Amino acid sequence: MHEPWWITIPKALIVINVVMVFFALTTWLERKLLGRMQNRYGPNRAGPKGLLVPIADLLKLIRKEAFAPIAAKQPLYIIAPVVSMFTALLAFSVLPFGAGWTVWGHRINGAVVNVPISLILIFALGSVGIYGFIVGGWASESKYSILGSMRTCAQLVSYEVSLALSVLGVVLMGQSLNLQAIVDKQQATLWFFIPQFVGLCVFMLGGVAETSRPPFDLPEADTELVAGYHTEYSGMRWGIFQAAEYINMLTLSGLCVTLFFDGYHFPWVHSLDKFGPIWFVLKLFTLVALFIWLRASQPRLRYDQLMRFGWKVLLPVATANALITALLVVAVS
Amino acid sequence: MSFVVPNTLKGFGVTLKQVFKKPITQQYPEYKRPVYPRYRGRHRLNVHENGLEKCVGCSLCAAACPADCIRVVAAENTPTNRVSAGERYARIYEINMSRCIFCGYCELACPFDAITLGNDFEISEYNRDDLIYTKDMLLAPPIKRVPVADADLYDTPIPYYKEHS
Repeated sequence: MHEPWWITIPKALIVINVVMVFFALTTWLERKLLGRMQNRYGPNRAGPKGLLVPIADLLKLIRKEAFAPIAAKQPLYIIAPVVSMFTALLAFSVLPFGAGWTVWGHRINGAVVNVPISLILIFALGSVGIYGFIVGGWASESKYSILGSMRTCAQLVSYEVSLALSVLGVVLMGQSLNLQAIVDKQQATLWFFIPQFVGLCVFMLGGVAETSRPPFDLPEADTELVAGYHTEYSGMRWGIFQAAEYINMLTLSGLCVTLFFDGYHFPWVHSLDKFGPIWFVLKLFTLVALFIWLRASQPRLRYDQLMRFGWKVLLPVATANALITALLVVAVS
Repeated sequence: MSFVVPNTLKGFGVTLKQVFKKPITQQYPEYKRPVYPRYRGRHRLNVHENGLEKCVGCSLCAAACPADCIRVVAAENTPTNRVSAGERYARIYEINMSRCIFCGYCELACPFDAITLGNDFEISEYNRDDLIYTKDMLLAPPIKRVPVADADLYDTPIPYYKEHS
């Protein structure tokens, strides 16, 4: 049973808004959790438990002057954060968040769109999103920005290889590039984080580097650089870059849940599957909390350590994992 | 390399342990930590028991002030207008609180213990002009008071001029 074409539009609107709310919640959760891990309260003034802090941030950023350097390459300078935000939000559209429902005789799928190569699409969008960072740094016409965007570029390109290779094992076991099919396969067999534990580790480490989160936050290393590629951005343009970064983290967590933790399924109890989005979000935020925990616990890597780790440790491990998985899959079948 | 992984995991344990502890932050406007008894805060101009001002307008405090934030203009006491106990009195006594560094040299320089530094620190204003304290403001008791810790908790003696003024 196919879903009517127009259902995609309200679904997309809902998903975009829900993702934005989750982004706001993530910024709050990060401050709160970081605060508690450092023996302080975190935000607790704006609203109950400081929950209105993201709104206050938004108001502050919107009211700030959108300052741009005179030498900035104008259309590109403005488009760059938009590109990052667009790709970050778009990647969420292929993540399956529910098993699908039938409402008033209409079929509603559990993802905004269901394309046969959704995994490739997410990686492609991630690569396009890097353009936002590179172009933003270059179009600012500032030395700090260009150096920051070069660092970003080098890091993201290096770690994208390991990230893509770490997923290869899951693709071989799921025998599909469609995320929905991979989730179904996990439901039929077992969650892929057990056989693909090495893949999961490489994926998480590569993912932290891809979203430039600490301890791999070399692109904007607060204590070393001025601010990296967004040095010359201020106000809501800067805010959009930040939002893109956080939404990338959400997308990556969602992808990890989908690939390794059986997406929207509740373990063992199949009758609870119609509440798919709840389990999906719970799993997603568990991973987000892990990201924050990692940030609170580990010091930043040096640049040469980052490169050495990416090329000499992560890449061989990811390759070996893919090869061994391929051999085992062939041997079993 | 063998020590890297266990040490990394130990770091996670340290941060996780903190989550279950009560934060040590003091919530300032709700809880005001008592200040040290010798804490140097907002200035006060003191008066004798009979209501006469102790300040004789000698300008020694202005001379001692490293931030140059005190302005004293003296005038003669007359039988009809007797303000201070001495020969002269301070017609104008102003302290620019936005320049004051609260070093306490003025109270050391003062021969009559007329000016002393109180314990109050909540003196921020929205306007810089409001930070120029006039004589009337300095003579009046502070509007906002802060809790002061018990002097017995500390073994440093309280200076004479701080207690008897």
